[in-house]
Amino acid sequence: MDAIILQILNGLDKGSAYALIALGLTLIFGTLGVVNFAHGALFMIGAFCAVTLNALLGMSHQVEDPTRTDFLGNPLQVDVPYVQDIFGEALGASIIDWAVPLSILLAIPVMLLIGLVMERGLIRHFYKRPHADQILVTFGLAIVLQEIIKAIYGANPIPTPAPDAFRGSVDFGQWLGFQAGSIIYPVWRLVYFFFSALIIAGVFAFLQFTTFGMVVRAGMADRETVGLLGIDIDRRFTLMFGIAAAVAGLAGVMYTPILSPNYHMGMDFLVLSFVVVVVGGMGSLPGAVLAGFLLGILQSFASMNAVKSLLPGIDQIIIYLVAIAILLLRPRGLMGRKGVMEE
Amino acid sequence: MSRHFTRRGVLKSGAVAGAGLALPTYLRAQESGFTNAPTGDTVILGFNVPQTGAYADEGADELRAFQLAVEHLNGEGDGGMLQTFSEQNLDGTGILGKRVDYVTGDTQTKSDVARASAQSMIQKDGAIMISGGSSSGPAIAVQALCQEAGVIFMAGLTHSNDTTGKDKKANGFRHFFNAYMSGAALPPILAEQYGTDRRAYHLTADYTWGWTQEESIKAATEALGWETANTVLTPVGAGDFSSYITPVLQSGADVLILNHYGGDMVNSLTQAVQFGLRDRQVNGKNFEIVVPLYSELMAAGAGEAIKGIYGSMNWNWQLQDAGTQAFTRSFGEKYGFPPSNAAHTCYVQTLLYADAVTRAGSFNPCAVVEALEGRTGGSGSLEGIDSASNEGFLFDGMGNGPTLYRAADHQCFKDVLVVRGAENPTTPYDNLEIVEVTPVEQVWYEPDHPQFAGGDLGECNPGA
Repeated sequence: MDAIILQILNGLDKGSAYALIALGLTLIFGTLGVVNFAHGALFMIGAFCAVTLNALLGMSHQVEDPTRTDFLGNPLQVDVPYVQDIFGEALGASIIDWAVPLSILLAIPVMLLIGLVMERGLIRHFYKRPHADQILVTFGLAIVLQEIIKAIYGANPIPTPAPDAFRGSVDFGQWLGFQAGSIIYPVWRLVYFFFSALIIAGVFAFLQFTTFGMVVRAGMADRETVGLLGIDIDRRFTLMFGIAAAVAGLAGVMYTPILSPNYHMGMDFLVLSFVVVVVGGMGSLPGAVLAGFLLGILQSFASMNAVKSLLPGIDQIIIYLVAIAILLLRPRGLMGRKGVMEE
Repeated sequence: MSRHFTRRGVLKSGAVAGAGLALPTYLRAQESGFTNAPTGDTVILGFNVPQTGAYADEGADELRAFQLAVEHLNGEGDGGMLQTFSEQNLDGTGILGKRVDYVTGDTQTKSDVARASAQSMIQKDGAIMISGGSSSGPAIAVQALCQEAGVIFMAGLTHSNDTTGKDKKANGFRHFFNAYMSGAALPPILAEQYGTDRRAYHLTADYTWGWTQEESIKAATEALGWETANTVLTPVGAGDFSSYITPVLQSGADVLILNHYGGDMVNSLTQAVQFGLRDRQVNGKNFEIVVPLYSELMAAGAGEAIKGIYGSMNWNWQLQDAGTQAFTRSFGEKYGFPPSNAAHTCYVQTLLYADAVTRAGSFNPCAVVEALEGRTGGSGSLEGIDSASNEGFLFDGMGNGPTLYRAADHQCFKDVLVVRGAENPTTPYDNLEIVEVTPVEQVWYEPDHPQFAGGDLGECNPGA
C-alpha cells in the first residue's frame, strides 16, 4: 500500500509539471489556434530565470586568503557575495538561499515580456498559415532559444537548490498512520504540487471571475461575434499568450530544485505535454489539467518494478499507448468539445 | 608523330581526372601504402568529441586538452608533459618534422553521428588519427570505423569493458580505465567503510557502459559478501528518477549503486538525496550511495549531494607526481581552471600517438600499432604482476605512474584512484578528494577474463 501511495505522490508531482505546461499550450491553442512547439522552451527559460537570479545574487568580489592556496599554488582568492556586503553576512546568505522562490518575482515580468514579444514579433504572422507551418516555426524558435541558453550557460546541468528549510524530506507515512519511515517524500516536491495547484486555481479563477476572463472565454467560443461587438479580442489574446508563457515559466522556476536545469529540459517536457493536451482534449483547460495528473500517475505506476517485470519497457511507452487509444476511440480527448479533431 | 586533341578525348580525360580528384583522400593515398599518408609539411589529426548535447561541457574540456597537446607538439607553450614523459622522443618539432594540424567533429554523444563525423574527418580532411570520446557507444562505433578505414583510434573517455573487450580492434587503443578496474578498486574501500554485510540496489543506464559497469560492480561486491537486492535499468536521459528511486525505499536495500554518468548521474544522485536516502537507517545501518565512475564536471553538477560519496577515477589533478603537476600547470595557466580526467586522457593519448609515430619512424598505422604494443622499442612489463600477458609498451611520467599499454588487448594498465566527495571543499575545484591510489596489481585481469570475452583484436589495417 505504501508503495502505491508513493507512486501516486510521484505521479501527482510529475503531473503538476505536465498540467502547468499543458494548461499554457491549451490556452494558446484555444485562443489563438496556434500549436506552440516553443512552449517547452518557455518552461526551460523559466528555469533559467532561477539560475540567473541565483547567479546574480551570488555575484562576488574576491578577497585574497593568504593562509590557503589555489590549484596552481597561488594565494587563494575567496569569493565574497556583494549581497553579503550590502545586507550583512546572515541576511545576505538567507537571500541567496531563497533564490528559487525569489525568482518568481523575476520570472513573471520576464516571461510575460518574452510571451508578448514572441506573439507580436513572430507567431501572429502565422495565424492564417496551416498548422504544419506553425509547428515548424515554433519548433525552430524552440531550437533557437535552446541554443541561446546553451551559449550563455553551457550544456551541463546547473544545480539550483531549494531553500534550506525545504531541502529535506518528510515522513509522509506517519501522517497517514503508516509505519515510520515507510513513505518518505521530499518536502520540495510537495511544495511544487501545492504551488501548481495554486497556479492552476489562479488561472481558472482569472478566466471565470474577471471580466477580462469572461471576454477571453467568449472569444474562445466565438471569436468573430466578440469582435463584432466592438471588443479588441486580439489584444486580449496576445495578453493570454503572455500569461501562458508566464505559467510555463513559473512551472520551470519551481522545478529547478527537482531537476537541475539544462538547455534541453524543455524538449523533454514538450512532447509529453502535447500528449497531455491531446488526451485532455485540444482547447479544453480542465481536460489539460485532468490529463496531466492522470498521465503523470499512470507513468509512475508503469515504472514500478512489479509492472515492468511483466511488461518490460512499458514505462517508456505507456503515455503514447494511451494517446493512440484516445485518438482512435475518442479523437476529441477526454474533455474536448464535440467536433474538435473529429472532422 | 603529331598528337590531335579531339573534343571527345578531352572530355574523357577530364572526366577521368575529375573522378580521380573526387575520390576520398584515403583511397587516393593508397599508393602510399596506407590511408591518408601525409604528403606535405603538416599532419592532420581528427578530434571527435561531443560539442553539443548532454556531454558538451565534457567534450569542450577534451577539446581544450587536444589543443594544448597540439601546441606542445608544435613547440608552443611550456611543453607540459613532454618534459616528464619517460620517452624523450618528442622535441616540439611536430611529429616526424611535420607540423601538427587538427580538425574537430561533433559526436553529439550519438553513435551514428560520431561515426559520420569521424568518416568525414578521414575522407574529406585526411585525418590520419582519430581521438575523442565521452561515451562508450560512440567510442566503440568510431573504433570499428577506424579499423575499416585504416587509421588509428586513440580513445578518449570510454569506460565500458567492451571497448577493449568484445569490441576491441587492432587499430584502437584505450588509455582510460574501465568498469572492471572500477569494480576491482572500489569494493575493498566500500567493505572497509560500510562492512561486508550489505544489500545493494543498482540503478543502471541502459546501454553498453551501464551494463558492463553493473556486471563488474555486482560481481565485485558479491565477492565481498554483499547481496544484490535488485538491478533496474533506467533510460538514458530519464531526467526525473523519482519513480526509480521510490522502490528502493521498500526493497530492504541499504546501499544504492548509481551506474549513471553525466546528466543522469547528477539527476539521480540529487534526487536520491532529496528522497532522504542518506538520512535513512536500514537493517540497522546508515543507508549509503555509491557512484562507481566519477568526473569532476559531474561532481560540480551534483553540488552538495556528492559529499562523502565514494567513486573511482582514472586520474585527478590533485595527484602530486611531476607529470600531473606539469599538465595541471599548463592547462590551468591557459584556461584558468584545472583539467578534468577526460581532458587528461585525451592529452596523454595525443602525446602517446605522436611518440609511437616517432619511435616507429612512420605514420603507417601498422607501424604505429607495433610501437604502441612495444615491439619497436619501449617494451616492458609491470612489476609485481606474474602473467604471460604482462607485456607491451611501458611508459611513465604521464600522471598515473608506470603504465603498460598491453599488447594483447590495447588496454592501458596503471593505478586507479578511489575518490570521495569532499566534505569541506575550499575552492570550486577540490570537490573530490583522493582516498586511495589503488595499485595496478589489484586492477589487473587476464585478456580472456569472462567480462572481456568474445572479442578479437584481429590484424591491423593500414587501409591500403
